[in-house]
Amino acid sequence: MKVDEETTLGERDADFSAVDKARVVEALARVLPAGALMYEAEDLHPYECDGLAAYRALPLVVALPTTEAQVVAVLKACSALGVPVVARGAGTGLSGGALPHTQGVLLSLARFNRILDLDPHARTAVVQPGVRNLAISEAAAAHGLYYAPDPSSQIACSIGGNVAENAGGVHCLKYGLTVHNLMRVRAVTIDGDVVEFGNHALDAPGYDLLALMTGSEGMLAVVTEVTVRLTPKPQLAQCVLAAFDDVIRAGDAVAAIIAAGIIPAGLEMMDQAATAAVEQFVHAGYPLDAKAILLCESDGTPEEVAEEIARVRAVLEQSGATEIRVSRDEAERMRFWAGRKAAFPAAGRISPDYYCMDGTIPRKRLGEMLTAIQDMETRYALRCINVFHAGDGNLHPLILFDANQEGELHRAEAFGAEILELSVTLGGTITGEHGVGIEKINQMCSQFTRPELHQFFRVKAAFDAAGLLNPGKAIPTLNRCAEYGRMHVKDGHLPYPDLPRF
Amino acid sequence: MSELVSAWVEKIRHAAGSATPLRIEGGGSKRFLGRTVDADVLDVAGNTGIVSYEPTELVVTVRGGTPLAELEGVLAGQNQFLAFEPPHFGPRATVAGCIAAGLSGPRRATVGAVRDFVLGVKIIDGRGEIMSFGGQVMKNVAGYDVSRLVAGSLGTLGIILEVSLKVLPRPFAERTIRFSCSESEAIRRLNEWGGQPLPLSASAWADDTLTLRLSGAWAAVDAACVRLGGEAVDADVAAAFWVGLREQQSGFFNADDSLPLCRLAVPSVAPPLALGGEQLIEWGGAQRWLRTDAPLERIRTRAAELGGHATLFRGGDRSGDVFTPLDTAVLAIHRRMKAAFDPAGIFNPGRLYQGI
Ligand SMILES: Cc1cc2nc3c(=O)[nH]c(=O)nc-3n(C[C@H](O)[C@H](O)[C@H](O)COP(=O)(O)OP(=O)(O)OC[C@H]3O[C@@H](n4cnc5c(N)ncnc54)[C@H](O)[C@@H]3O)c2cc1C
Repeated sequence: MKVDEETTLGERDADFSAVDKARVVEALARVLPAGALMYEAEDLHPYECDGLAAYRALPLVVALPTTEAQVVAVLKACSALGVPVVARGAGTGLSGGALPHTQGVLLSLARFNRILDLDPHARTAVVQPGVRNLAISEAAAAHGLYYAPDPSSQIACSIGGNVAENAGGVHCLKYGLTVHNLMRVRAVTIDGDVVEFGNHALDAPGYDLLALMTGSEGMLAVVTEVTVRLTPKPQLAQCVLAAFDDVIRAGDAVAAIIAAGIIPAGLEMMDQAATAAVEQFVHAGYPLDAKAILLCESDGTPEEVAEEIARVRAVLEQSGATEIRVSRDEAERMRFWAGRKAAFPAAGRISPDYYCMDGTIPRKRLGEMLTAIQDMETRYALRCINVFHAGDGNLHPLILFDANQEGELHRAEAFGAEILELSVTLGGTITGEHGVGIEKINQMCSQFTRPELHQFFRVKAAFDAAGLLNPGKAIPTLNRCAEYGRMHVKDGHLPYPDLPRF
Repeated sequence: MSELVSAWVEKIRHAAGSATPLRIEGGGSKRFLGRTVDADVLDVAGNTGIVSYEPTELVVTVRGGTPLAELEGVLAGQNQFLAFEPPHFGPRATVAGCIAAGLSGPRRATVGAVRDFVLGVKIIDGRGEIMSFGGQVMKNVAGYDVSRLVAGSLGTLGIILEVSLKVLPRPFAERTIRFSCSESEAIRRLNEWGGQPLPLSASAWADDTLTLRLSGAWAAVDAACVRLGGEAVDADVAAAFWVGLREQQSGFFNADDSLPLCRLAVPSVAPPLALGGEQLIEWGGAQRWLRTDAPLERIRTRAAELGGHATLFRGGDRSGDVFTPLDTAVLAIHRRMKAAFDPAGIFNPGRLYQGI
């Protein structure tokens, strides 16, 4: 075998069929208290999927530890028996990352739900992984502080899941993603070693394993404690709503704002179909005749906000906005955002099912992407509504379908796959914040070359040599890519060069 | 692949085959960092040029050997900059060296470190394989975050051929103010201000003087100056002060260098170190530069007690543990990570830790 073809253990398509449920139950019962282990079918059902409900599977057992020592014991037992382990936070993930393994243990961190320490002077919070994202900001509010990354799912999603997915929010253009707001992660490896990455200083010796853990989708270690950085709450936030009669013009306005030296606290875009969908649902007062709207938020001291809003307004006017509204008070600002934050549920209201994409592209390619999506709507005979974290080029096209209609799920998946592959071709990525999970595993073959995929497996093996943590997710085996029949499309080579795209 | 890069690939394959270590060097400006590496130099300064720069995308992709000063000049032309304010430590500093060293300047505490701005890398690994990770977009969670892992790895994982960095617009306004106060008073104030929505962008305390930089919108900076008081520092003097600090060329850093320079990274709220010697505090209290005759062991123990770590930054014994030793399980992961990228152990062996 050539050096570059050498495979690591976890890289082979693993076969766990020899795992014996009775032995797993027996081993885990020995280390977990009563009520922390479930293995009857009816108890397993609540765990059969995450936020990507199209994929479902029942685990062998569900473990619900309450202490780190129990997590260590569970992982050691699984390691000894060669049993796969899938960690789960709140199960709001949108890529099937927490989809159970049918031969494995579903390790829920839901009972790790305490805020252990909140130090307002140091501006840090030490929390258990099952703590909800919003709960941290709520606890910090009394001190004029908050936890900046604010995924739309923040009332439900856990900080452990945020670490595993490197979650973002509408304010991450200015305040960063999860990776930028973490100080320390404590975790347990599959061998049962307790490890800490980062600390309460601003850096740690050695490799940046804290960054590597962030976004690693439960593949490297199980997070048992997290220290996050808290941010002073701005005195004031104001939101500008701008309407455009052309989607491309709205996209150009986004670039113009950045070009003017402004980094808004949030910069979001919705197309006409999306505003129509949410308007029925939350009555945000969006202009329904606009082809696209932009939401641009400014925060800081009152003087600073006034200065920035004036700049934003000037740029939007020059960019051809047909209407500009500036929130007059907090209630109006919240109303502007309510529509954007309700985009996913609204999609669920107007369609039996929807499929959320998460590609990121360079902002200047937005127009091309939107035109291509319109064409795909015709070809796949499905509707798609578009919401974008426009400031950082992260797109969430929501493909509407009905799983009960023969062939629609399949068409929706093919539609989604085409959007993701186009994201790669346009110089972007298949996932900005939701993760690869099981959902985008095939498109990983388009984004990365063989040596790169090999390298990912080696990185995983440095933590989990036997490949027991979340097997089959995040990184495709080369066999899988061969079956999928597509290798990377870098350097401008399209997967189907003969198909017209725009 | 350029001829230069194919020659390196050949050289690396050969070195891997014969287990011949290589010392990777760009401009050589940070040669003093880390542990001594005894090996032939692989000069990577020749791979230069900006691959793409889109000011409105806030992203620049640049070849590793490009002089840092050249990149900064190009960004300045568009009124943008590297917000982590990397130290150059010499006119020949290259971009790849800046990323590999992972050193951030005065703005670190408020905007983030080198790794926070790294979006993607193209590297040659120890097998001579060219690979790209991350990309040119702000948000990207496809695959493990290898690009941030490479930042600060001191050339032990691979040769950085290209890096994509997030850039930011320069702040509209900047002012520097000065206060006279004690060490503990400075630490207390810095943390108090850090918890308020103030446009702080840098701080430095030495010789009972606390210097503060405010950056942002005019209105915010002016309002903060009124609120905080202090003595205004003339803009030219201030600019020279912050560059001198970043480059470690002024004041504290120029003084007695017969003693080694230690860097302690501690929680910003950590009380005074009480280790004797001379000190300069940056990053809102989180970075403390120390020249003392106290033994390294004692400094390390104190840093650990405070929840941080201590590095022998300049001088002292460069063959010992320059960086704080790692805990056993974490060290084992480091060794396996090194082997994953550089199985023959040819890239800067021992620069970070013995065998890594
Ligand atoms: C309506 C809606 C809106 C959303 N909006 C956003 C958004 O704006 N931005 C965004 O980024 N995401 C968004 N998401 C996606 C999702 O909420 C995030 O990915 C979130 O971070 C998942 O957290 P969770 O606790 O639900 O994790 P889960 O779904 O339980 O798990 C996600 C992954 O993390 C792993 N994991 C969980 N806990 C641990 C742990 N303790 N240790 C190791 N691995 C662990 C799992 O194995 C899995 O791979 C949205 C989802 C929904 C349903």
